[in-house]
Amino acid sequence: MSARPTLGFAILRHALLLLGAAFMLAPFVWMISTSLKPSTEIFLDHVRLWPDQLAVVENYTAAFTKAPLLWFLLNGVIVTISIFALQVLVALPCAYALSKLRFKGKQALFAVVLLCLLIPPHAISVPLFLLFHQIGILDSYAALVVPFIISVFGIFLMRQFFMTVPDDLIDAARMDGISEFGIVWRVMLPTAIPALTAFGIFSVVAHWNDYFWPLIVINSEHLLTPPLGVAAFRNQEAGTDFGPLMAAATIVIAPLVIAFLMAQRRFIEGIALTGMK
Amino acid sequence: MAGIDIDGITKNFGRTEVLRRVDLDIRAGEFMTLVGPSGCGKSTLLRIVAGLELQSSGSVRIADTPVDSLRPRDRDLAMVFQSYALYPHLTVGENIAVPLRMRRLKGHQRWPYLGAFMPGARGIERAIAAEVEAVAAMLDIGHLLARKPGQLSGGQRQRVALGRAMVRHPKAFLMDEPLSNLDAKLRVHMRAEIAQLHRRLGTTFIYVTHDQAEAMTMSDRIAVMMDGAVLQVASPDTVYNDPTDIRVAEFIGSPKINVLPAIVRPDGGLAVEDSVIPVEAAAPPGDPVKLAFRPEHALLADPAQAALRGRIAHVENLGSDILVHVRVGESGQPPLVVRTAPNGHRHEIGEKIGIDLSSRPPLLFGRDGKRIGVGAARRREVAHG
Amino acid sequence: MVDHALDRPLTVSTPVSDRMGRWVRLRQAMAAYALCTPAVVLMLALLVGPILAVMALSVTDYQLGAKSLAFIGLENYAEMFGDRVFWISLTNTMIYVAIVVPGSVLLGLGVALLIEAGDSGKTFYRAVFFLPVMATLIAMAIVWEFMLHPQFGLVNLLLKLVGIAPQNWLTDGDLALYVLATIGIWQAVGFNMVLFLAGIVSIPRFLYDAAEMDGVPSAWERFRLVTWPMLGPVTLFVVVITSIRSFQVFDTVHVLTKGGPNKATEVLLYSMYAEGFEFFRSGYAAAITVIFLVFVLLLTVVKTQLLDKKVHYQ
Repeated sequence: MSARPTLGFAILRHALLLLGAAFMLAPFVWMISTSLKPSTEIFLDHVRLWPDQLAVVENYTAAFTKAPLLWFLLNGVIVTISIFALQVLVALPCAYALSKLRFKGKQALFAVVLLCLLIPPHAISVPLFLLFHQIGILDSYAALVVPFIISVFGIFLMRQFFMTVPDDLIDAARMDGISEFGIVWRVMLPTAIPALTAFGIFSVVAHWNDYFWPLIVINSEHLLTPPLGVAAFRNQEAGTDFGPLMAAATIVIAPLVIAFLMAQRRFIEGIALTGMK
Repeated sequence: MAGIDIDGITKNFGRTEVLRRVDLDIRAGEFMTLVGPSGCGKSTLLRIVAGLELQSSGSVRIADTPVDSLRPRDRDLAMVFQSYALYPHLTVGENIAVPLRMRRLKGHQRWPYLGAFMPGARGIERAIAAEVEAVAAMLDIGHLLARKPGQLSGGQRQRVALGRAMVRHPKAFLMDEPLSNLDAKLRVHMRAEIAQLHRRLGTTFIYVTHDQAEAMTMSDRIAVMMDGAVLQVASPDTVYNDPTDIRVAEFIGSPKINVLPAIVRPDGGLAVEDSVIPVEAAAPPGDPVKLAFRPEHALLADPAQAALRGRIAHVENLGSDILVHVRVGESGQPPLVVRTAPNGHRHEIGEKIGIDLSSRPPLLFGRDGKRIGVGAARRREVAHG
Repeated sequence: MVDHALDRPLTVSTPVSDRMGRWVRLRQAMAAYALCTPAVVLMLALLVGPILAVMALSVTDYQLGAKSLAFIGLENYAEMFGDRVFWISLTNTMIYVAIVVPGSVLLGLGVALLIEAGDSGKTFYRAVFFLPVMATLIAMAIVWEFMLHPQFGLVNLLLKLVGIAPQNWLTDGDLALYVLATIGIWQAVGFNMVLFLAGIVSIPRFLYDAAEMDGVPSAWERFRLVTWPMLGPVTLFVVVITSIRSFQVFDTVHVLTKGGPNKATEVLLYSMYAEGFEFFRSGYAAAITVIFLVFVLLLTVVKTQLLDKKVHYQ
């Protein structure tokens, strides 16, 4: 490159970035550090990063036993996986029809999809809550999953992706005698894996971390999702037992953070989709 | 206007050697073309001259002054890029003005909105505007000054890029494949325009292209590059008719030069396929050499009297010329191409035909690809005998 | 084609292929309807219906569990506009947005530029700054709460080291909103950084070469001539997205302050939540939702306009 960066600039760059990184990482470091400490070392009047006496086992055992943390995590997995699977099941056929089939009302349908894209999920929480109350599915897995099985964003995204798939591929499948339904699952689905991966990451992260909607519809402890679970854990332990609380927080963020660190690029792609929404 | 001396330039990207000790003297006011297949290092060499890339070793001198430690800004060269590299958010006029504004205005005078109110700024801006208009008029883009590059055709953008380079009156122009994004027709037209521009400005041009036709039609001299080295530097005529290396001979010219493997016979003649070509090769007997001749330097002849014999494999009628492809011998050699004038004679596919090389001495290249001398003394006599 | 058809006199109409074509088209349309039906039904039931319902609800006095409801016109809106808390809530939301947007956009841009300005540590820094985007905000909010603990929190302990008096970060009405905004920035920087990184990478290298040949005297001038204008569209886009996202602030408020102390951190979505799901005044909550919706839609329209102009500077 023409601009020959000097050593001074390189040092300045790293200094500034490290300063920012310290701010970004501080909560994570403090969380993990606290989760390792016995309570005698948590309540100190000075900063101590690494405890004299490790209390890892105690804290993490407490986190798993004082509240059914494992159960919360399982709920999180059940809910996010169900949501994603159903989203694909609903969105993919519709996206295929919108991109590759000719039928009356196609333009209108796509316009509706685009309009629905504008609806923020918070804005429909009151009527949805009333609806679920009416049909009696509040405080259930169904209440956590049902509002999200229609993802207009998913339809939009997959439709845009399918537009780039050559028509010849579909015509070839038709020549082979595959039905339109078959084409969706046996031809389009395999080609759409990259886009679906990005959408899947987007969807799983969004719903694993979602707090607003579960907070509204869930009461029973056995249905709490990880964010609700860790919040409930805090309310029980308020102000007393930070070690296990931080251990619980660590456990709740761990699955996504580990997955992220292992597949950074894909995750960043997936999350950046939020910006398109 | 200045000469540019390139002295022992080497460039490594990691372990790959892109340029190996390249020497090249470009005279003041000369139109020098660097030509070669993609990846031969010609663009890298140009960027090193520009200062956009730093050489691993060697030195560049402009007007006898070493510039190796100078930034591009201080080398006083202008460059036209393959992609034109116009600033998309600036109008044509603003684009052309950039080099002048960057050099003549002080930092505070370039402030957006406020800059114009700084002392002295107005006068300089006015002078710049006048120069921009003059250059635009010269390039016939005066009516486009208020447009954005996105609204222009490829050819117009090309002119704007030229304008931005010219406005500063640099010591030399560097052009990196400037025509390769244009359609074929416009490319031919712009060739002529750039050549005229060079004549009018009289400035040194270094022009990089992979298109040998561009090199042949525009240059004073051509430097043929391959694998990071300059193989030959000479006028288009010399490079075409008198190549010093088989790779140069094969790269320059379309259709490609014909090449046949041959063995030097004890009497100095050449054994080619099943015939003997009576020339005197300056190489030891038994040496494998390559015999080459251009399609227009051979004649179709009666097979009985010609040096080479074969069958017509394919005929291409170009209107002005006819290219006759002749398959010689049984080996997998690609057919030889002979260019003839259309004279009403129909050449049949499969027809037996001879190729007569007597009108002009063929080129000979040794084992290492370098040119070997050919004695012509006995050739004529035997060929006709 | 057309000329041909005219030339030909009275061919027997509809060749076999045409009839086949119509049949194929019909079958294709039937398949399309079948494929779209689940999505359409769900869209109507879970998106279109509710959004219409929220508007309808906002002009009723409905409360959860009530046997009946009555049309009360704009009374909910009148009550809302007359309510001091609503205005506090709206103002707080605006202040929050006004801090988080510039803060996270400028920091995101700065970090992205610094990361791209060198070769070493790129992946590391990108991962570190993106980490808060990934981590469950609720869990991290609880961590922040502990960090901000007046006695044992890291923040006050660090301040003590440099001799600054400890603060009651979350219970001091003058500080709480700004603390929440800081957490908001912490969470949003990485997201904006990623969008800026994509923007920077897509700036063609040759423009920088051209700038160098044109004689830019300094890195700052190069930024002004190339980087900043080329990032213009991305920046606008990032600003709008961040506005929309920070307008929806809720999680941190609910966990850390519950809108307090003394409404100092009451924000729009929190008001809506409290009215709708704690006091079950569905009609009134719907009215707040409509206001919320108006703001978000306004921002979304701006964003859509930007997205549509994919080809910039034309």
